Amino acid sequence: MSNTLLRPGADAIAVKGWWSAHQWLILRRITQAGILGLFLAGPLLGVWIIKGNIASSLTLDILPLSDPYLLLQSLFAGHWPETTVVIGAFIVAGFYFLVGGRVYCGWICPVNPITDMAAWFRQRLNIKGGARFPRQSRYWLLAMTLITASISGSLLWEMVNPVTMIYRGLIFGMGMAWFLVLALFLFDLFLGQRGWCSHLCPMGAFYSLLAFYSPLRVSATQREKCNDCMECYAVCPEPQVIPPALKGAEQGVGPVITGINCSNCGRCIDVCSKNVFQFSTRFKSVNNFSTVTKREAMP
Amino acid sequence: MAKTGNEVDQYRRRFLIRSAGQACGAALLGIGLLTLARQTYGLPAEAIRPPGALAETDFLAACVRCGLCVRDCPYNTLKLSELGDKVTTGTPYFIARDIPCEMCDDIPCVVACPTGALDKKLTDIDDARMGLAALVDQENCLNFLGLRCDICYRVCPAIDKAITLDTIHNPRTGKHTLFIPVVHSEACTGCGKCEHACILPEAAIKVLPARLAKGAPGQHYRLGWEEKQKAGSSLVAPDKEHKYNLPEGYRYEYEGQGLIKENDSGETPFSSNPLDTLNQGRQQ
Ligand code: SF4
Ligand code: SF4
Ligand code: SF4
Ligand code: SF4
Repeated sequence: MSNTLLRPGADAIAVKGWWSAHQWLILRRITQAGILGLFLAGPLLGVWIIKGNIASSLTLDILPLSDPYLLLQSLFAGHWPETTVVIGAFIVAGFYFLVGGRVYCGWICPVNPITDMAAWFRQRLNIKGGARFPRQSRYWLLAMTLITASISGSLLWEMVNPVTMIYRGLIFGMGMAWFLVLALFLFDLFLGQRGWCSHLCPMGAFYSLLAFYSPLRVSATQREKCNDCMECYAVCPEPQVIPPALKGAEQGVGPVITGINCSNCGRCIDVCSKNVFQFSTRFKSVNNFSTVTKREAMP
Repeated sequence: MAKTGNEVDQYRRRFLIRSAGQACGAALLGIGLLTLARQTYGLPAEAIRPPGALAETDFLAACVRCGLCVRDCPYNTLKLSELGDKVTTGTPYFIARDIPCEMCDDIPCVVACPTGALDKKLTDIDDARMGLAALVDQENCLNFLGLRCDICYRVCPAIDKAITLDTIHNPRTGKHTLFIPVVHSEACTGCGKCEHACILPEAAIKVLPARLAKGAPGQHYRLGWEEKQKAGSSLVAPDKEHKYNLPEGYRYEYEGQGLIKENDSGETPFSSNPLDTLNQGRQQ
């Protein structure tokens, strides 16, 4: 078993073919690159579809989109904002409320490809060990960023926040932010299995809080077909969200993954040779199990 | 599976200890960040915020570092600070000596700002106060040397209001005038056109944050002559009438007019022949 887990997905590739075993991953990378591309089209090609960066942007000179976490920091720092940024933040928050908060992580955030790559190498090279951070640490860090914003009266976290820093850097000039990219990669490679995104990042923690009621969810619709190959656990950045849905049949727990830290990345769908998982909605009851929206005790 | 009371206690204990550990970790990081911030905050003097920027501390609470102001500046004046620059990472600024602010009438940077970090209340660019120009090098400024450079004065968008040329005697030649550029804080926007245009290899006139460019009078200071004018008369003691031995029909005005001849009929008490006055003294 340990051998297949060094290369999770091998079964799925054999059964479904390479494309089917990677389709969500590829779609995600296309989305990430495409949105970054839209931002870059302005400065590089002079095609101004989106101006700004993920902190706050203006699309087609009309649609404001702003990051609700940054707005929250700004409020904690004591600034009463203009309506534009408030509208933008509500639109964005509303979107993630519907599709799942951490869709931000899986589909937009520039750090995700870096930490995914680190996780991939860690798996292939069978690197073990490093520090073990509890998954709740991120919520403490989230609280810390807001409290320090309030104490310092500034967006303090934005001085170091790798997410906004890297995205802004790609569009406006990296400066020394390449070191940050490298640091994050090495951190996740050697210091902790999915150390940053799944344990520490306060931005991810913030977005997870938008996911309590989001309709769009992955569901282990055909969970009775599971052959316990464990490959979904091996690829999932937040594997603690899987068991309640996958193994909850006896306890009467529905097959929908309701854990707020699931980023709807769809890797479990890709990697499962038995086609257990599929995108679904929170409300869909399958196989006569009523959908249970009970949250996990721990996020 | 029901847990016994003891197990619950154990669980609770572990949970509390773990949470305390995480909280302390986060707090330590927070303290580190706050210390770091203390050391890196404070804008270098040559970095100027865009027009309408709130006071620096408020600005850092408001700006989300989106760069929309940068994008809408038609002159590429503004840039976002990169990691490693001296300016707080991600915030907009400009260096006047590189590209000054052209003081656009419609102030697109302010219009673009979604957060109010650039204050929407700024609608007239002449009211912007990005900094204050100061002629810092009086040794090398060509006008101070008695030449007629005048460039900073000529390029100033608020010419004759923000910069004037004040004339004083040139003591070196003894017969020429120095045209001294004088900046007036009530009109200077801090756009930096003067600093940009200064022809010296290192500008003699520079836009600085107002706190560096300007002194401040003591709060209790009163300028006697102004107070007197406001009150209409001297505030300390009634003005004594000064008694000079003036010839009859003359009085002296202290506000600057000097010797005044009453009912000036063109006559003088003196003879047109100065010898008469001298002879008069001998006779007495
Ligand atoms: S956890 Fe943070 S860094 Fe990771 S993908 Fe989410 S927002 Fe990005
Ligand atoms: S006023 Fe015009 S030139 Fe000056 S910073 Fe704003 S947009 Fe740029
Ligand atoms: S537009 Fe406003 S919020 Fe955005 S970078 Fe400029 S000053 Fe900051
Ligand atoms: S900075 Fe210089 S050019 Fe601009 S308004 Fe002030 S004196 Fe004039």
